[in-house]
Amino acid sequence: MNWDWSNVDAFMPRFWDGVLVTLQALAGGVVIAFALGLVWAIALRSTHRWVRWPVAAFTEFVRNTPLLVQLFFLFYVVPSWGPSMSPLVTGIVGLGLHYSTYTSEVYRAGIDGVPAGQWEAATALSLPKSRTWYAVILPQAVRRVVPALGNYVIVMLKESPQLAAIGALEMLGEARGFSNETFTFEAISVVGIAFIVIAYPASVLLRALERRLVR
Amino acid sequence: MTGAFFQSWFLPGVWITVQVTFLSAALAFVISFVIGLARTAPSRIVRILAGIYFEVFRSTSSLVFMFWIAFTVPMLFQIKFIGMAAGVIALGMTYGAYGSEIVRGALAAVPPAQREAGIALNFTRVQRLRRIEIPQAWPEMLPPFNNLLIELLKGTSLVSLIVVADMTFAGNLQRLVTGDSAPVYTLLLVVYFVLAFLLTRGMRLLERRAKAKLGQAPPKGGLFGGLRERGAIDAVTGTAGTAGTGGAK
Repeated sequence: MNWDWSNVDAFMPRFWDGVLVTLQALAGGVVIAFALGLVWAIALRSTHRWVRWPVAAFTEFVRNTPLLVQLFFLFYVVPSWGPSMSPLVTGIVGLGLHYSTYTSEVYRAGIDGVPAGQWEAATALSLPKSRTWYAVILPQAVRRVVPALGNYVIVMLKESPQLAAIGALEMLGEARGFSNETFTFEAISVVGIAFIVIAYPASVLLRALERRLVR
Repeated sequence: MTGAFFQSWFLPGVWITVQVTFLSAALAFVISFVIGLARTAPSRIVRILAGIYFEVFRSTSSLVFMFWIAFTVPMLFQIKFIGMAAGVIALGMTYGAYGSEIVRGALAAVPPAQREAGIALNFTRVQRLRRIEIPQAWPEMLPPFNNLLIELLKGTSLVSLIVVADMTFAGNLQRLVTGDSAPVYTLLLVVYFVLAFLLTRGMRLLERRAKAKLGQAPPKGGLFGGLRERGAIDAVTGTAGTAGTGGAK
């Protein structure tokens, strides 16, 4: 045991920089995942199979391959024929895209939970399709799945350190940089504890929310 | 991509990935049952300790924990891990925590009358679990275990970051040496998907057997029914899933 608290103190300024980047990545990723997941969920209910099948194949493929390799793909392969993005932006896109395939399942469950009578009522009132979705179905579906979506925010937080692998300086990236430059090892423990300190209260909060919203 | 690269890096990498998946799945499976059963134990202290394990590892980032095991633990305690041990321990302990929720949830879903019947027959707790509760909970566990196994397979790619030469590591090496990244990363994604597909087939087979033993109908879904299963427990978040969300079906 040769733990040195002064190394922890020295790491703190960079730690807070890392926290900021982690939160940026998380916020961006969550927005993409929530929006795109809804798009997938609605597309999977399309009446055209040439919409349904490609979306099903794509989401299935993205969901069952590692985020880490997808990040490498986005960072090293995509720029050769597409846009070139900074590590953080690549990370946000990768995180958002990967977890949109999970949130689409969450939305699907919520949409399936809307009673059939609601659809029939919308048809009886001859509401157009778009209006049926945003005025009748989605408000009921999304409300039910808010806690489940929240759980995926926590999952995304815990997966965000993978962004360090493509050079984004979030918490783990800062910790690795600091450890390598100073030949110390305390920084990673600080980051590990930080994750528990953020994620545990968040999950407790979500469980309370779930008890209120879903009965 | 050259034949030499395949011979000396990629194929051994695939084998390492398979080994890491298998070993950490075995460790996670044992931990799931130990912690899952401990969370339903009669003793309050055991329940609380197991609950702390679950909450801590559910809140930890598996990659940070892996780095911690691989780099901090050897420094702090002057021990050395051989080969992929650090990765296997980290993955097994994290995914074991998620698995414990599957075990706990499936046991809780067994009708209470079954447990009461066991008590009435003067079975001990171990006998009840072994003869009555686990056999009935087992088919319920398999679909979420399948999802967790795929998550674990995806998680094994993280070991490349602690310098274990799995197939993702081989892919990165290929990029660094040749600068040509498109074919190898595409291949990597496809191989991971194929492995996930094979695991799902295997788990469906187990589920079919387990259900047949209880005299239940086999699971539906053909070859293209998707790799994930919708169960009562969400293995990814370690919570009750969304399958039961909402009233009317």
